Amino acid sequence: MQLPVEIPGLLNYWIVIVLMMVGFFVVISHGNLVKKIVGLNVFQVSVFVLYITMSKIDGGAAPILDDAIKNYSNPLPHVLILTAIVVGVATTALGLALIVRIRDAYGTIEDDEITNQERDDA
Amino acid sequence: MILFLMAIAAFGIIKLRNLFAVVMLSGIFSLLAASLYVHLTAVDVAFTEASVGAGISTLLMLATLAITGEYEKKHTTNNLFPLLIVVVTGAALIYGTLDMPLYGAANAPANLHLIPRFIEQSGTEIGIPNIVTSVLASYRGYDTLGETVVIFTAAIGVLVLLGRGRNRWRPGISADAPSKDEENEV
Repeated sequence: MQLPVEIPGLLNYWIVIVLMMVGFFVVISHGNLVKKIVGLNVFQVSVFVLYITMSKIDGGAAPILDDAIKNYSNPLPHVLILTAIVVGVATTALGLALIVRIRDAYGTIEDDEITNQERDDA
Repeated sequence: MILFLMAIAAFGIIKLRNLFAVVMLSGIFSLLAASLYVHLTAVDVAFTEASVGAGISTLLMLATLAITGEYEKKHTTNNLFPLLIVVVTGAALIYGTLDMPLYGAANAPANLHLIPRFIEQSGTEIGIPNIVTSVLASYRGYDTLGETVVIFTAAIGVLVLLGRGRNRWRPGISADAPSKDEENEV
């Protein structure tokens, strides 16, 4: 990164962790199920960024072979994260489908209202 | 820099109650992540994140919002306990990063094993210039097979959950009792 200030080597990881914790906070503190899924997504993307950060090598080019290039970034995390992104969307889709069904059954997607209804039914 | 923008988007997600705005912010978040991947030279990942992460999952969420309504109710629960958990977990994770290799280090353990071989041999062994593709489709082909199985399972799950939506049958509700759906429509 070409910034006037030298960026300490671990700063990227720390910001990623802050992002991760923001996602985590949304998941555990909000009652709305759609928002929980969004929080889960934020968490997921932060983990992806963590992996991709680890794969970066100073002066390394994108891992596409060319005779003129000596240094490449580490391709293995890229592969893993490609898989993870697609799987992440699959789980998101499943979670959203569950939300639609929950709304069918309870008429709400708020956590506490569902709990109240369950208690009233019992 | 992009990471800071991502942080702003993430905090916006916490604050906003309008779920439409939240979903759009999460799309922006994904797109920012995609541009960050380009910066980190992970171009394949950037493609996938921009199309699948920012595109399809935002679309799915908007479709869900169209069904469930776009406002989050104000919740009265105490935020202190979740905040405490989050801060403690974050502190533990930051402690964990302290002995990680620095950003961009070429001699990090993760870059020393297997990777030089991929870079040197994959061009002749597989014959594709893009190393990510060779690893994805050949060296780790079973991974990709597993991935498609996961997607297939998720698709079946979605179909099972939503495909029966028009049916009378509901688990736990007898056939002649009015279903919750009808009560809501009244």
